[in-house]
Amino acid sequence: MRNVLKNPYAMVIGVALVVVVLYPLLPSSYYVRVAALAFINALAVLGLNVLMGFAGQVSLGHAGFFGIGAYAVAVGPAHLGTPSWAALPAGVVSAALIAFFVGRPILKLKGYYLAVATMGMGILFAMVVSNEANLTGGPNGMRVSRLILFGWSASGPPTWYWISGITLVIGAWIAVNLIESPTGRAFRAIHDSETAAHVLGVDAARYKLLAFVLSAVYASIAGSYFALFDGFVTPETTSFLRSIEFVVMAVLGGLGSILGSIVGATILVVLPQALTVFHDYEHIVLGALIIVFLIFLPAGIVPSLRSLLQTRAS
Amino acid sequence: MRQGEAAVAEFLQFAFSGLTVGAIYALVALGFTLTYSAAEVVNFAQGEFVMLGGMVTVFAAAGGVPLPLAAVLAVVVAIAIGLALHRFAIEPARGASAVTLIIITIGASILLRGLAATFFDKNYHSLPSLFGNEPWHIGGATLLPQSLVVLAGAAIVVLGLSGFLTRTIMGKALRATAANKLAARLVGINTSAVIGLSFALSAAIGAIGGILAAPITLTNYDVGSMLALKGFAAAMLGGMGHPLGAVVGGVLLGVFEAFGAGYVSSQYKDAVAFIVILLVLFSMPQGLFGNSNVERV
Repeated sequence: MRNVLKNPYAMVIGVALVVVVLYPLLPSSYYVRVAALAFINALAVLGLNVLMGFAGQVSLGHAGFFGIGAYAVAVGPAHLGTPSWAALPAGVVSAALIAFFVGRPILKLKGYYLAVATMGMGILFAMVVSNEANLTGGPNGMRVSRLILFGWSASGPPTWYWISGITLVIGAWIAVNLIESPTGRAFRAIHDSETAAHVLGVDAARYKLLAFVLSAVYASIAGSYFALFDGFVTPETTSFLRSIEFVVMAVLGGLGSILGSIVGATILVVLPQALTVFHDYEHIVLGALIIVFLIFLPAGIVPSLRSLLQTRAS
Repeated sequence: MRQGEAAVAEFLQFAFSGLTVGAIYALVALGFTLTYSAAEVVNFAQGEFVMLGGMVTVFAAAGGVPLPLAAVLAVVVAIAIGLALHRFAIEPARGASAVTLIIITIGASILLRGLAATFFDKNYHSLPSLFGNEPWHIGGATLLPQSLVVLAGAAIVVLGLSGFLTRTIMGKALRATAANKLAARLVGINTSAVIGLSFALSAAIGAIGGILAAPITLTNYDVGSMLALKGFAAAMLGGMGHPLGAVVGGVLLGVFEAFGAGYVSSQYKDAVAFIVILLVLFSMPQGLFGNSNVERV
């Protein structure tokens, strides 16, 4: 058991098993829908965790990249004549390019200054989306045409459950591979001390940019899925509050833990659904739970529980 | 000549509205800076104190409490909540990473917003202006008397705070804690109490801002989140941890927004503000008043 907990590859296989086993257990299409939303959010948070948890760089603007993915599959087919299957990769390429060019100057900033700069970038994108109404429908949002692959149209919760579940497993696998590689070690060295990493010959600027671009790619794919699944996209998709939500998911689950990203995203997607029984008290309970979780599990749910288990075992 | 006068009037109009909004941002930024200096916590619930200031005053006044007393009550409630935030959410998480602490304050702000929506309501409310709503005409531009109240109130808060920090023993203890917590504890300063004090002060400052602004900007349970964002940006623009920087950053942010809205595009007024912030940070990565610290390895 302890070896399984420690081995990140076994963890990815575990996640894959959960995706497969969970599906027949879900009682209705509503639950399938919630699960698919959890997977989609987890994908975005996974990328953000590579940036924040491993490379140690804060981003309060990741909803911007999520929004680029979402609006790529919305605007592309509707106004530019891009087929829906090509709009998603086009969104990924745009997000990566923007992350590349924006990341170069922005990543020179540190800590809270980086936080405010990424926040500004995210808000700029949200503002463009809500003001260019003839392209994006403005604050009212716009319809997203279905994803059509080889004449097969992807729609409905079950289809998106499998698409997002499989992508999440692949995304986790890639993230684990990266983190176990020399690149991952460079990320962690920068996280611990950028100056020390620099002295050891790690090109900090290059690796930070790599983590930033990679996290933008994850967020963009997740955003595209979200828009295609929902069939509708509004500026809400790309708002500052959503950026905050991604960070809360990453921190709640545990920074620097791939499994933590999935757990954090799942909790924050499922919890509001479960809390609707509290009606008006929903936000009170949600806020209180975030505080209580982080007071008792300050390193995030997965890392804190893991270290608790390890001390129990020994 | 006519055109020149109109341009001056327009300029004055934007300046008035920018300064008024900027004064509120300055107060929020000041709150951010105080808790950041003393406790190294970036408190994203700072905007909720502004909301509480306005909402508690509105509802206490509606309940029959005379307006001045209602305002005092609102400040007291905000201080109590600030102290509770420190005692029950920040102190138990002592030793957690900076990011964890930020998320705890975000949790607190969701909680406070939920409480306000439940205990009060979700409508917009206003407070009566101190000197009525008859605008004054200056150089062709109009100025609401309440704008002057906001500016004067903010100035009094800033001067009062600076006097407190430099002249009183408690203020000096706060500055000592901000400079070096361990050394402050070694000379007998109760740093935990000082950190509590910083939360109480920033809550009071936020609430005063909320009461001053409510007659102009209206208030509801949800005004805090946008103000927290702007106040944080203003504090960073000035250089986090510098009270003077927070004030200058706040006023500048308000003025950028107003001129951006007036001369560029009202839809992109926030964009103008953030582009200026980004440009400042690219050339001065520690903000306007920040000193470049040497990183310790």
